[in-house]
Amino acid sequence: MIDKISWISVFPELLLLVMACVIALMDLAVRTPLRGATYAVTLLTLASVALLEAMYGASATTMYGFGNMVVTDAMGSWLKCFATVAVMVTLVYGRPYAGQRDMLRGGELFTLSLFALLGMFVMVSGNNFLVIYLGLELLTLSSYALVALRRDHVVATEAAIKYFVLGAMASGFLLYGMSMLYGATGSLDITAVFKAIASGHVRHQVLIFGLVFIVAGLAFKLGVVPFHMWIPDVYQGAPTAVTLMIGGAPKLAAFGMTMRLLVEGMLPLAIDWQQMLMVLAVSSLVVGNFAAIMQTNVKRMLAFSTISQMGFVLLGLMGGVVNGNTLSAANAYSSSMFYVITYVLTTLASFGVLLLLSREGFESEEIADLAGLNQRSPLYAGIMAVTMFSLAGIPPLAGFYAKLSVLQALITTGVPAYLYLAVFSVIMSLIGAFYYLRVIKVMYFDAPITASHVVAGADVRVVLCLNGAAIIVLGLMPGGLMALCARSVLQMLGS
Amino acid sequence: MGLLSLAIWTPIAFGLVLLALGRDDQAPTVRWVALIGALISFLITLPLYGQFDGHSGAMQFVENAPWIERFNVNYHLGLDGISFWFVLLTAFINVIVVIAGWEVITSRVNQYMGAFLILSGLMIGVFCALDGMLFYVFFEATLIPMYLIIGIWGGPNKIYAAFKFFLYTLLGSLLLLVALIYLYTQSGGSFDLQTWYALPLGRTAQTYIFFAFLAAFAVKVPMWPVHTWLPDVHVEAPTGGSAVLAAIMLKLGAYGFLRFSMPIAPDAAHEWAGFMIALSLIAVVYVGLVAMVQQDMKKLVAYSSVAHMGFVTLGFFIFSDLGVSGGIVQMIAHGFVSAAMFLSIGVLYDRVHSREIAAYGGVVNTMPKFAAFALLFSMANCGLPGTAGFVGEWMVILGAVKFNFWVGVAAASALIFGAAYTLWMFKRVYLGAVGNHHVQELLDINAREFFMLLLLAAAVLYMGLYPKLFTDVMDTSVTQLLTHVAHSKLN
Repeated sequence: MIDKISWISVFPELLLLVMACVIALMDLAVRTPLRGATYAVTLLTLASVALLEAMYGASATTMYGFGNMVVTDAMGSWLKCFATVAVMVTLVYGRPYAGQRDMLRGGELFTLSLFALLGMFVMVSGNNFLVIYLGLELLTLSSYALVALRRDHVVATEAAIKYFVLGAMASGFLLYGMSMLYGATGSLDITAVFKAIASGHVRHQVLIFGLVFIVAGLAFKLGVVPFHMWIPDVYQGAPTAVTLMIGGAPKLAAFGMTMRLLVEGMLPLAIDWQQMLMVLAVSSLVVGNFAAIMQTNVKRMLAFSTISQMGFVLLGLMGGVVNGNTLSAANAYSSSMFYVITYVLTTLASFGVLLLLSREGFESEEIADLAGLNQRSPLYAGIMAVTMFSLAGIPPLAGFYAKLSVLQALITTGVPAYLYLAVFSVIMSLIGAFYYLRVIKVMYFDAPITASHVVAGADVRVVLCLNGAAIIVLGLMPGGLMALCARSVLQMLGS
Repeated sequence: MGLLSLAIWTPIAFGLVLLALGRDDQAPTVRWVALIGALISFLITLPLYGQFDGHSGAMQFVENAPWIERFNVNYHLGLDGISFWFVLLTAFINVIVVIAGWEVITSRVNQYMGAFLILSGLMIGVFCALDGMLFYVFFEATLIPMYLIIGIWGGPNKIYAAFKFFLYTLLGSLLLLVALIYLYTQSGGSFDLQTWYALPLGRTAQTYIFFAFLAAFAVKVPMWPVHTWLPDVHVEAPTGGSAVLAAIMLKLGAYGFLRFSMPIAPDAAHEWAGFMIALSLIAVVYVGLVAMVQQDMKKLVAYSSVAHMGFVTLGFFIFSDLGVSGGIVQMIAHGFVSAAMFLSIGVLYDRVHSREIAAYGGVVNTMPKFAAFALLFSMANCGLPGTAGFVGEWMVILGAVKFNFWVGVAAASALIFGAAYTLWMFKRVYLGAVGNHHVQELLDINAREFFMLLLLAAAVLYMGLYPKLFTDVMDTSVTQLLTHVAHSKLN
């Protein structure tokens, strides 16, 4: 007998699942090349799911369902809400692009995106190693298929295979780590694992052994050095709309999964995993920023930029436990959460502009393709400039407050090593500023190579403007989202 | 909404409207909207003068509202005698710059004017901010419009200059950010400047903070040896950009010393005063000599700016009433004079399209009215009594002599170099026989240019003849600052 709470806690997931199936069937009857009906129903579904998740998030109750298999709390609900919005925005930006590239022959783009989103939901909600793993697989399998959606395109297919092989290996790592922990603690339930580890009766070596594999698996999913190899190739090879699908919403889910596994499951081992994260973060900042300088392809450059930005997210996670004291945990984890959310928001807008500039038979991929965009369309050049300045962390844009809160989380710990780390990361972001500025330079200072006007459908235009405006508004008034992150993380730590 | 908020947000609002105005076929409308916006923004700052109480050292026109509650950041604005004149100066220069770009800028006029209006609002924000984070946000945000101004409307090597400007200043300010967060932690979660003033800090902490601040402010001022970005940037920036850069943006750094470095880390400031004085003197003497050998007019004025800003930092770090007030007066004077110098060069450049001194000669023959203005500004630049340039330098030198005779002598020697490079340039460009056919064909300044230069000339003369207007306002605040700084924070 499954109780009512269980059903309530997974209601949005169920809705998503049902609608994904309905849309897959319904699409058989849709004949228009741009799949207008499928698109509308998909957006409607996503909007209602996002609204539901926002209500769950705002109600701030923690519910455990199906015998502790899944958990619904404010942090999870908000992450899911933002992920849903991100998928929605991705579909709005990506549809014209996909339509021009014969990717809308069937409705797979919509169905697969919905299943990928469902996977993200399960990852974020899982309170059990296997549930989280299932969610992850649902997400990644859908993503592999999405990358390969352009069947006749060699580069995309290559990217899909690369992604699949490496992704499968990383999942293997994660699963292996989970089995180690299961062996050591005798449970797959995250709450039970936490208690077993906290009791101190478990053999430390086995735990650390499992932990290493779990961190490696997570690092792959987040895309941090040295598990970053797939990111540039997949970002570049995948059709741009799919790149955004991989590089946007899943970052939120990967963050949620990291929080569930490392914080909820293994907080007593923080001293160990914080060290690992430090190595990952520092190398990501170095590799990501330096490698990005050399890129001429925007997608590849943004891929390396992602790597360095994820390094910052990890920096935030490191400040949680200081000398066995978890006083700064809420501050640290909420700074990372804020960082991920603003990062996804910014990424959406930057890829949105790239998608807009790609036309039938023309991929806007090289940085040089952006030349003189300001003369062609001041509005879109402005939006792109805002995203670049935001990624570079220049106030008053959202990205600045993300960096500020992470730096603050590091420095507040009072650990001297973290202070140096803050200075180091700041210098790295100076290097990062260079390649973001270069994009702006190309758009504003160079002469356009083509005089063609940038054409955008009404839906794309409105969403893109709102997206750009959100980055600025969040830069002027970051307080609300910061408070939201702080509240949710505090609630998660309390439960 | 208080007066200060209006002073900050009016130009920004007008700037955004201009950005939305669109294409170049509407250029005349755009120019008028920009001028009206700049004038309104300037007029808004005038009531500040009427209502400002010069006898009070307290912050006035204070506005305080929570902004980011999570980090206890407040939208806290206020003016005291130190920052007062800069708000008016910024708004004034903004009007001048809009007039200066009137016919000169023909491509993307709305973005040009919009960038300057937004920039002006942001800079006023820097001078008004009483919250560390608010200050930083304004301070950094100024980089965005300036980067675009240099990169879009600049000279042949504009891209190099734009990147150099951005990255050079960003490096300094990122360390400032770390210091601000450190202070936030130390003060138990506050970005409020008044709290930081009262915060006791150990010697090591103060030294670190002092140098982190120094990294940001020294680059901005710029002090020797981190001044190398300035000549490159000035040469490539459009005339308006150079004027704003020299007149206001350099002051942001010097102002930072007064608002942050000295009161927050007073012991470190005293301990390293000798170092700061040495750097300032090198700027004054060595950079003055460097200015003398320049072939490019803008480069010459850029180096002369570095030398003049050396006077400012020298004045600050001798910790006397005369020195600090002198430094502030010098900042204001340099705001007028350097803007005037760059705009004069702009007038010539618009006609001949060369900044080389050698490309001119005998301009006085074809442009007599303009040459008269140029002479006045040159005299002010070398500190002739009766012009704005004299007052500040004289006060600083007086303070320096009291502090140490030889420091005073070294500083005073700069007057000679200043006169040498300015007058020599004046001689080569304006005097003598007509140099070439370009000069022969020159037309004298039109009504717009005349009006623009007249405004600046009036300011330069007024400040030179009646500096009391400027010094009266700042006396109490400077004394209060020095009393605070004299008090050790070590227990």
